[in-house]
Amino acid sequence: MDNTPVDSVRIMTPVGMLGAGWDEATIERGLALGVDVITVDGGSTDSGPYYLGSATAKTTAKAVARDLRSLLRAAARAAAPLIIGSCGTSGTDSGVDWVAGMVTEIMAEDGLDLKVARIYSEQNPADLKEHLDAGRIHPLPPLGGIRAETLESCTHIVGMMGHEPIVEALAAGAQVVLAGRATDTAVAAAYPLMKGMSAGPSWHAAKIVECGGQCTVNPRAGGVHTTIDAGGFTIEPLDPGNACTPYTVAAHMLYETVNPFEMREPAGTLDVRAATYGAVDDRTVRVEGSRFHTADQHTVKLEGARVTGYETMSFTAVRDPLILADIESWADLLRAHLRRWVSQTLGLADDEYAFDLRLYGHNAVLDDLEFDTSPPREVGVMLLVNAPDQATATAVAKLANPLMLHLPTPEMHYLPSLAFASSPAEVERGPAYEFVLNHVVDSITPTGMFRIEHGDNNHHG
Amino acid sequence: MADSTAPPVAPPSTVGDLALEVRSKNAGPFWVTMELFMRDADGYRIVADEAFLNERVIADLYRVDAGTIQVFRIPSLNVVKISFPRPVSQGSLRDRDMHAGQHHVPLAVLRVPATTPGVSRG
Repeated sequence: MDNTPVDSVRIMTPVGMLGAGWDEATIERGLALGVDVITVDGGSTDSGPYYLGSATAKTTAKAVARDLRSLLRAAARAAAPLIIGSCGTSGTDSGVDWVAGMVTEIMAEDGLDLKVARIYSEQNPADLKEHLDAGRIHPLPPLGGIRAETLESCTHIVGMMGHEPIVEALAAGAQVVLAGRATDTAVAAAYPLMKGMSAGPSWHAAKIVECGGQCTVNPRAGGVHTTIDAGGFTIEPLDPGNACTPYTVAAHMLYETVNPFEMREPAGTLDVRAATYGAVDDRTVRVEGSRFHTADQHTVKLEGARVTGYETMSFTAVRDPLILADIESWADLLRAHLRRWVSQTLGLADDEYAFDLRLYGHNAVLDDLEFDTSPPREVGVMLLVNAPDQATATAVAKLANPLMLHLPTPEMHYLPSLAFASSPAEVERGPAYEFVLNHVVDSITPTGMFRIEHGDNNHHG
Repeated sequence: MADSTAPPVAPPSTVGDLALEVRSKNAGPFWVTMELFMRDADGYRIVADEAFLNERVIADLYRVDAGTIQVFRIPSLNVVKISFPRPVSQGSLRDRDMHAGQHHVPLAVLRVPATTPGVSRG
């Protein structure tokens, strides 16, 4: 890929998440406006630790393939590189291979011949232990330091790449870059940075486009087109009926960020305190004044997930007003009975398993923060059990079954029968995961923790 | 803009009544962030007033350590943004709100002071 400096770079971002889909007319609109690079994010931690822990995608293959086909065709027509970040939701190596496999298939079907690079971001605990021993791993708030055992306990660990490995892949000639875990912004910032655009506008524009149409007045109307130049960037929605306003663009800096004024990237910090947002017309916004402060130390953030146990879920429901009148007492009674039965029948102490009994319709979502004391009309009772193995979790849930079917209140002199939602009542959820890393590595080089492979065949082949 | 034949407008009673949107969301797996998008500068002045909304109030509302709470006041957008560490680890057995998308409600129902100077109720 030619890295000769240019005056401006035009980016098309069709959507916030590969697999979410779009109206094909929005892609045509983007191509008509002119496109130098197409970028899209393929992942997030937002849906929980399962996707990293199990290395499976949240999106379904057919939806990802549909979106890939549209973008591969667009990239070929525009002769513009296509960059996809955090492949397979969590950016594990298998997530990259999953997307690469689909790219191979689609290119064969459509007669396309684009050069593909895959960038792997999974981290080996042994390598990370060397960094840990050398004092190069630091916690980010609110977590504290880690020990080697924490690294070893993870089923998968990924490092979040910045723009540098993507630039390296593009510079080596890649037309399609399939990146493992990357910062949401690196995906869109890489190409303009390679072409010599200023870091401030490049990173700020990348943050604004990372969720596609989220920075527009109608986030469901498709993605955005942005042009980065020496003085700033200009952004408009792909759908001619949609609009960006100074308010919607500025407000997007708030979305899913702790701090609305600055954002740390591997190479430094985006600072938008001095940014100005002006309307070019009724649907286009100009942003200037964004700054980027290069850090003394380049860092790579780690994400890791481990198994906490195995879960089994059971769900019943209560409509009887006699029980609903004091549903808290009924739930307390159920908890006490269940603990006693588990102790007597399975011989498990309270700390050898755990369960959460949730009263949906009463206070399940906010729990002890719930402020509304009005009696509910009906309550869904979810029992979620976590135990060291699946059989034990299910055994606990099955011991709860008669209680969830027939437990009376202390005032009742008969056994009520409650409304189970399914048969069997118990649903085995398999392993459950938790995120355990929120740490950065002082990287020795910006690309050293990532592996770039060219060609669309899977990396072990 | 008041029509003399219209019934009197009830004074706003909660923060949510004065807002375009009150929302909450994960900011990564270990933080939650909330935003009050106020309708206008008058509403913004109420929620941006440190005497009304501050780290202590948020700490009581969400039972978190006041020292970990960050409050950002952004007059150009009429927005107050609040971030603090997620009290329950995302995806853990006791996490009932995976995206932390429903935890804005206690903030939205916070009652605004009964008499607030500078608020037009025409």
